[in-house]
Amino acid sequence: MKNYLRGLKAGIPIGLGYLSVSFTFGIAAISYGLNWWQAILVSMTTVTSAGQFAGIGMMAEPGLYWQMLISQITINIRYSFMSISIGQKADEKFKGIYRWLLGFFMTDEIFAVASQEESVKRSFFLGLSTIPYIGWSVGTAIGALLGNILPARIMSALALAIYGMFIAIVVPEMKKAKPVILAVVLAFGFSSMFYYIPLLKKVSSGLSISICAIAAALICAVLFPVSEEESNSDKSSSLDKESENDKEVAANE
Amino acid sequence: MNNFQFFTYLLVLAGSTYLIRVIPFVAIKEKINNKYARSFLYYIPYAVLTAMTLPAALYATSSFISALAGIVVAIILAYRNKSLTVVAIFACLAVYITELFI
Repeated sequence: MKNYLRGLKAGIPIGLGYLSVSFTFGIAAISYGLNWWQAILVSMTTVTSAGQFAGIGMMAEPGLYWQMLISQITINIRYSFMSISIGQKADEKFKGIYRWLLGFFMTDEIFAVASQEESVKRSFFLGLSTIPYIGWSVGTAIGALLGNILPARIMSALALAIYGMFIAIVVPEMKKAKPVILAVVLAFGFSSMFYYIPLLKKVSSGLSISICAIAAALICAVLFPVSEEESNSDKSSSLDKESENDKEVAANE
Repeated sequence: MNNFQFFTYLLVLAGSTYLIRVIPFVAIKEKINNKYARSFLYYIPYAVLTAMTLPAALYATSSFISALAGIVVAIILAYRNKSLTVVAIFACLAVYITELFI
């Protein structure tokens, strides 16, 4: 229960951010000709942003099942790497049926927060998924049923919630481990290429994120492989530092 | 679009997304010991998050300047080890306040 509540709390900023994205999705789904209940059903069964936007675009035309499958695989392949990564950190009780059930919630943001855990407990993961899932579903419903009710200023501000959260995860790790700075610079460089170079701009955002991230992480892994302890126990190393500080304080006294 | 078509599309969309997430989660149970593979998995979250954030975040709000303000505020607070919620809320506030003036 304690872990569930801790996860629940950690999911609040994700849920807030999802509200604005799924709200936009709800509006888009209606404009593509879906009913309100169809829009909500898509969000509640799929829980992904880029994939859903691409999906409703195709639903507007008949018979694109294979194209849909292929585009979904390329957009979502990043989730496979996230699942492998979290699988490595999942504790001994987080296996079997729990992985089949909770793997459903592996979004970019939930992955990002879960990856900060030293050992991922299933109750923490479920707690972490709860508010984002509600936010994603409710946001879609509001967007689909009510359209533009939130003032543009609020929508604009909420759009930065998820990015703020990402920054809060990446920056402290850059301070702690220098090679992460290289990973960030490389990923930024690659993603800028996909963003600004006209030919590369045509690549879907889901796929380009996968390509940029895999390339940056591969380069860093080859140049700066981390030792077992470093990749495993981020927390204990910072605790060590704290206890060292304590010792110094004690010595000074 | 009739219901049959909708539900077929939904099955493809939701089914493929689910399987992409769950199959590697269930299939890879043992600890990966290869140093490079472990390193790759260590770097991947930071690389993914950066690729998603930059430069996309700069264009996420209704003006480039407000987005920049939000990002700068987020970086400063993150550098001071503030929690995810605090950083996210203040980034939104920075956008909101900046947009009041432009």
